[in-house]
Amino acid sequence: MSRRQFLRSAVLSITGAALMLGTAGVALAADKPPIKVGILHSLSGTMAISETTLKDVMLMLIEEQNKKGGVLGRKLEPVVVDPASNWPLFAEKARELLAVQKVSATFGCWTSVSRKSVLPVFEELNGILFYPVQYEGEESSRNVFYTGAAPNQQAVPAVDYLIGEGIQRWVLAGTDYVYPRTTNKILEAYLKAKGVKAEDIMINYTPFGHADWQSIVKDIKKFGSAGKKTAVVSTINGDANVPFYKELANQGIKATDIPVIAFSVGEEELAGIDTKPLQGHLAAWNYFQSVKTPVNAEFIKKWQAFTKNPKRVTNDPMEAHYIGFNMWVQAVEKAGTTDTDKVIDAMIGVAVPNLSGGYSAMLPNHHITKPVLIGEVQADGQFETVWKTPGLVVGDEWSDYLPDSKDLIADWRKPLSCGNFNTATGKCGGAK
Amino acid sequence: MRILLLLLSLLVTPLVWAQATGPLIDALGADDFAAREQALTALTETDDPAIVPALKALENGQLYRRLSDDKVVIGQEQGESITLTDPLTGEALGTQAAGDLERIRVNNRLRRAIDASLGALTLRSPDAAVRQSAADAVFVSRDAATLPLLETALAAETDARVKRSLEQARAAILLADATLGTDDKLSAIAIIADKGGQAALALLSPLTSSTEPAVAKAATEAVRLIENKLAWAAAAQNVIYGLSLGSVLLLAAIGLAVTFGVMGVINMAHGEMVMLGAYTTFVVQEIIRAHAPGLFDWSLLIALPLAFVVAGGIGILIERGVIRFLYGRPLETLLATWGLSLVLQQAVRSIFGPTNMEVGNPAWMAGAFQVGEVTITYGRMWIFLFGLMVFAALMLLLRRTPLGLQMRAVTQNRSMARAMGIRTARVDALTFGLGSGIAGLAGVALSQIDNVSPNLGQGYIIDSFMIVIFGGVGNLWGTLVGALSLGIVNKLLEPLAGAVLGKILVLVGIILFIQARPRGLFALKGRAIEH
Repeated sequence: MSRRQFLRSAVLSITGAALMLGTAGVALAADKPPIKVGILHSLSGTMAISETTLKDVMLMLIEEQNKKGGVLGRKLEPVVVDPASNWPLFAEKARELLAVQKVSATFGCWTSVSRKSVLPVFEELNGILFYPVQYEGEESSRNVFYTGAAPNQQAVPAVDYLIGEGIQRWVLAGTDYVYPRTTNKILEAYLKAKGVKAEDIMINYTPFGHADWQSIVKDIKKFGSAGKKTAVVSTINGDANVPFYKELANQGIKATDIPVIAFSVGEEELAGIDTKPLQGHLAAWNYFQSVKTPVNAEFIKKWQAFTKNPKRVTNDPMEAHYIGFNMWVQAVEKAGTTDTDKVIDAMIGVAVPNLSGGYSAMLPNHHITKPVLIGEVQADGQFETVWKTPGLVVGDEWSDYLPDSKDLIADWRKPLSCGNFNTATGKCGGAK
Repeated sequence: MRILLLLLSLLVTPLVWAQATGPLIDALGADDFAAREQALTALTETDDPAIVPALKALENGQLYRRLSDDKVVIGQEQGESITLTDPLTGEALGTQAAGDLERIRVNNRLRRAIDASLGALTLRSPDAAVRQSAADAVFVSRDAATLPLLETALAAETDARVKRSLEQARAAILLADATLGTDDKLSAIAIIADKGGQAALALLSPLTSSTEPAVAKAATEAVRLIENKLAWAAAAQNVIYGLSLGSVLLLAAIGLAVTFGVMGVINMAHGEMVMLGAYTTFVVQEIIRAHAPGLFDWSLLIALPLAFVVAGGIGILIERGVIRFLYGRPLETLLATWGLSLVLQQAVRSIFGPTNMEVGNPAWMAGAFQVGEVTITYGRMWIFLFGLMVFAALMLLLRRTPLGLQMRAVTQNRSMARAMGIRTARVDALTFGLGSGIAGLAGVALSQIDNVSPNLGQGYIIDSFMIVIFGGVGNLWGTLVGALSLGIVNKLLEPLAGAVLGKILVLVGIILFIQARPRGLFALKGRAIEH
């Protein structure tokens, strides 16, 4: 704030106070500098399809909070930047948010590679990042809060559900990058630990945006007709899903023969497909739009009003931002300041309502507790919950099923304050 | 007396069914999936054909529970209200608001159970096609409980094809029975082996390790024969997949073969013309959905000329507005058209939003058919034929029409053509418009198999340039052969090397090929290459 602006606002508030005592307090509060909140989601490029929605939901949440009077009596001011699906640009934009705009917290990123790209920036400049997407785990940073699912909050329960349904043969199909590769590594180890033989697991990777699925779907069909019940665990990401599901439908693979359970296909992705031939295929998430709770109904209503589109759908990463944002608001109020270190300390233990009717809490490893839901695709593009974990699942950052990480834990409470504490050697920094 | 009793019992049985089945159907409205499954089992055990409509409605999501009295009814959605009929008698029950009813949801386990019981219940249907699908359903479910039903159906069957399917279904059930005698097993194996295909293989493979030597031998032999046949089918299938991928690449590249190949303009916005074609299809379908749902099957044919006009028109605008100032300056053209592609993408994103748009498949584009063990999907087949048709039409246009003659004249020797009285500027604009319009046509086809999103075009631009260069710049036949051969090579490599490595291998192959033959497969000879 320049000196002139300051003088003017001071004069204004004094006049206000002189005019009407009652509104003086409000006028003063409004004149406090706003708290800046960074939004780091791609608004152009390949990831715009998923990330634009998250930018919109953040704008809605901030608007709501401002209507309630902001945080600590200060208004929130969104700072939107566009990293354009370009991973190095993510780091540049993050630096701009932290060093130039001096935001108090940032909500952003979708792909793991973008998160890995901004991580050093947030650690160097001591910022706070809320990351809303399910990911492969194997990470815990002091400056990042992971509100999406860790593998044990999505992939592992999904496989458990299918084992319960009598599945004996597994196709692990994914897009070729870090999230599917790590998740499939964990799942492969998990399945083998459950006694599944190597010849009953088929692993397949395809490039980003793969459009011609004919031979892969045929291979899946062949693999699935060996007499044992087969399921596809799909970590296929982004645009490649539409042609994949279209090919499944065309080649007549029904969910009753070979169900596909997806970790990256939500309501938003299904909006681009005719879902009638896909009925019964599955998805594992921590939230579905079809969840029947009053808080979810209200959220959907607000969202559709905000986007002025009565058909606009909600999805899991949106819920993660909803949880993350409310947690941050609560932590800032608890700390009484937006000072990064104090907010980070205040975050642990904060609990806020999630949209599926329970409370999610921030854990010392910077992951949260969430329920796991398995849903089947319905003809209207929504998911019907067919199975739900009895309680909340605690996010496990370092997978217990990988030999490299099974001894590691993260705990950011003092005095440990370590993201990769090796319980076997008793040392911090035990990764590798 | 005995006959009289029998007659009486025959008369009475349907009544007893109807009375007993009513409450059983209402049990389908239970709260959880497990209870619904129990209700379904109880219903199936009645063997009452009257429940078939209810089961079909359940599978199609048209079975509802009336909230006022928990009665289960069949409902037809009509706007906000639902027209109800009784599930057993088919009697009309009036209409009710959607809020007073709850749809009975099904999961996969229920769907499987419904398929199995529908199969068992429709085995005696008067319609041969229904009996055929019933036999297939029983073959898939292999439920030993249907065996008695199957035997009676088999005894009464007159249609030879259905009879064969019924026998196969019976053999499949029998093979699962461990107590079966060796001779019965052998004849069952023969029947299944005769069916062939993946499903037969799945049934027979476990028997190859049977403790009875005769059974093991027969099964091993059958498995060997089937596997041989499948190997040939797989090879044929891969070639067909390759041709199909090739036709998609051809469609994407052929417009570029005109703008880049014939005119020499490096048009980075080519992919966006494809995207505009796809969005035109979307808009056409939206209008049809809203105003004339009956025309939906025609939506693609209606979209084709519109997509050509939209993409072609924007192409002409681009040529007149930007490219004509940049002829002979390839680097600047490249940068300018790349910028244009970003502008077009962002414009579409602003108008339609960043999410995928739903473009439906007309009935004739959906599904697949079998030729022996080879599956061909209708959509892919039409796209293949469409690609060839577009190619043929373009060839005709260039070779047999005055406009085509002028286009060739201008590209071969611009100043001479101008001296002969050809308005070269107009021909340039039309040629560019033609190339863009063809890209728009490709967009209509691609909307059927790919995402309709602002990024649609980006996925094809690199491949398109690759094909035009590989085939030989300026030669349309080169583009055709290049696209189809790249498609086939890609699909033959994919099962061996995986999709990621396969793509890399193809790229490396093309780089090496271009090193050896810098002008591509079909190099133009003569003066044109001097430019």
